[in-house]
Amino acid sequence: MTIIDKTADVPAPRGSTENSGPLLDVRDLHVEFKTRDGVVKAVNGVNYSVSAGETLAVLGESGSGKSVTAQAIMGILDMPPGRIPQGEILFRGEDMLTMGYEERRKIRGQKIAMIFQDALSSLNPVLTVGYQLAEMFRVHQGLSKKDAKAKAIDLMDRVRIPAAKERVNDYPHQFSGGMRQRIMIAMALALEPDLIIADEPTTALDVTVQAQVMDLLAELQREYNMGLILITHDLGVVADVADKIAVMYAGRIVETAPVHELYKRPAHPYTRGLLDSIPRLDQKGQELYAIKGLPPNLLKIPTGCAFNPRCPKAQDICRTDVPPLLSVTERDGGELPGRHSACHFWKEQIHG
Amino acid sequence: MGRYVARRLLQMIPVFIGSTLLVFLMMYALPGDPVRALAGEQAVDQAQIAQVKKDLGLDLPIWQQYWNYLAGLFQGDFGTQIATQRPVADVIADAFPITVRLTLFAFAFTVIAGISMGVFAGLKADTFRDRGLLVLTLLLISVPSFVLAFLAQYFFAHELGWVEPVVSAAADSQELILPAVVLGSLSLAYVARLTRTSVAENLRSDYMRTAVAKGLPKRRIIGVHLMRNSMIPVVTFLGTDIGTLMGGAVVTEGIFNVQGVGYNVFQALKSREGSTVVGIVTLIVVVYLVSSLIVDLLYAVLDPRIRYA
Repeated sequence: MTIIDKTADVPAPRGSTENSGPLLDVRDLHVEFKTRDGVVKAVNGVNYSVSAGETLAVLGESGSGKSVTAQAIMGILDMPPGRIPQGEILFRGEDMLTMGYEERRKIRGQKIAMIFQDALSSLNPVLTVGYQLAEMFRVHQGLSKKDAKAKAIDLMDRVRIPAAKERVNDYPHQFSGGMRQRIMIAMALALEPDLIIADEPTTALDVTVQAQVMDLLAELQREYNMGLILITHDLGVVADVADKIAVMYAGRIVETAPVHELYKRPAHPYTRGLLDSIPRLDQKGQELYAIKGLPPNLLKIPTGCAFNPRCPKAQDICRTDVPPLLSVTERDGGELPGRHSACHFWKEQIHG
Repeated sequence: MGRYVARRLLQMIPVFIGSTLLVFLMMYALPGDPVRALAGEQAVDQAQIAQVKKDLGLDLPIWQQYWNYLAGLFQGDFGTQIATQRPVADVIADAFPITVRLTLFAFAFTVIAGISMGVFAGLKADTFRDRGLLVLTLLLISVPSFVLAFLAQYFFAHELGWVEPVVSAAADSQELILPAVVLGSLSLAYVARLTRTSVAENLRSDYMRTAVAKGLPKRRIIGVHLMRNSMIPVVTFLGTDIGTLMGGAVVTEGIFNVQGVGYNVFQALKSREGSTVVGIVTLIVVVYLVSSLIVDLLYAVLDPRIRYA
């Protein structure tokens, strides 16, 4: 399996004397969970990389392994039952999987931060938001209670929470959903990390607020030149903010592409299916396309291509051979940077 | 908040009257009477008994007796023991401090040992040490307290000789440790289990995941983020537990000869001393009510989502 190429002309990482490779490089990552019914193979050889200032969108259905990959990067998998039998997660060239607990802890929050889906349950209900924000400064920078609180108010201002000064001592349940997600974002931004992982940051919000939160996130990312991994199943969100996309299915990446190319010419039938199932105004009144079948049971992933039972174009080879993630080229063999597909028939898919 | 407390305090009045009445009626319903109990096995002249009863006001109808008792109570008069002629207030004043000390010891033991055992097991749910705790606490819950008391007496006093088997009349604090441990062991089992479940459950919650993702040190994750949330159900139990410990000391006090409230209630019950029983039980009821009010107020401190208006 190959490593996803960086997209061209990415701004140099902050403090750029350090190595010039990607910020985060996930190599051949495997994650499995031991359950009573057997071993669930949630992630089966994922490769991706993110550079500073770049946004990678990881797309996929529930259970495709996109969140588990993120949790493995963050080091917040429950182990056991979780296990990482294979793979590397390089942050600035250092493998985080071989680091000690303390070393890893210092990266969390400070260098890599995470935004979770459900801000209500992800914030501690019995502590004020000010306390939870200030905690970042107190623990990582050793600030006094008072200074940390002042910084917390600044942060709340920066994510545009009105009347931050008055609300700093409020509890999470006293905020609306959108405001709570802003607090989550503020918490992730607190120490100006190099990389932010946003795990479906807008799924729990209503549509108007979704756009506001995404805009805010994109704006702050530009301002700080951070790397961003955006995990989502919402193709609409992705188009506006992402630089490149990785589509995941059954714990593997099935296609990667720069964002607009993917929408124009998908190179995998699964991506095609996802795109076709977006409701479109010009097809009003017609039946909406849906990928038939269900995501595979991770205890028993189908042989060959995991997508073959649901694929409209499946052939015999799809049921026996696992398609590797190969570079995709133009019809004349011209290079398509950053494009890969794990389909035996990617040529037919992209050019057909 | 102030209004809530006032309302709760007012609610205590009917509970107070109701519980005294109930205990009073129960004492009346018991066979035998205190005057006859005075005489023991001896044959006594019926007329003499009737005279004594008349003097004590025990020949009046029950509701009138109750009224007289309440009237006395509001003037600070708990009544007088018939056999010893001691004022009940004196009996209570002697016995209460001992029981309060015993209860506090037992309570401290329950809180410190119970919560630490619960956290210890809950942090590693479904492991060997967790199973061990569950078995141990199940044992403590199922063994009656008098069995435990006799076992403790046998091992620590008779076999090892660390302590005297019974507590002296002075009831020094160090003498009370063993009875307190026995008294608190049932609550300990409940507190440990409650803490264990609460900790194990909260450990899986999303905000704990956030706390780890924030890069907080383990001590802070557990001490601040986990404990505040896990203590909410435990505090509820502990509040009502103070009352239970005080009332439940009857058996333990009897076995270790601690001359506290439970011991005196038991003696008074045997000799049908109604006013003593009602007085002590009422006091325990008040302790119970006050401690549950404190718990409810503490609840709002621990969990900001709870507000009293």
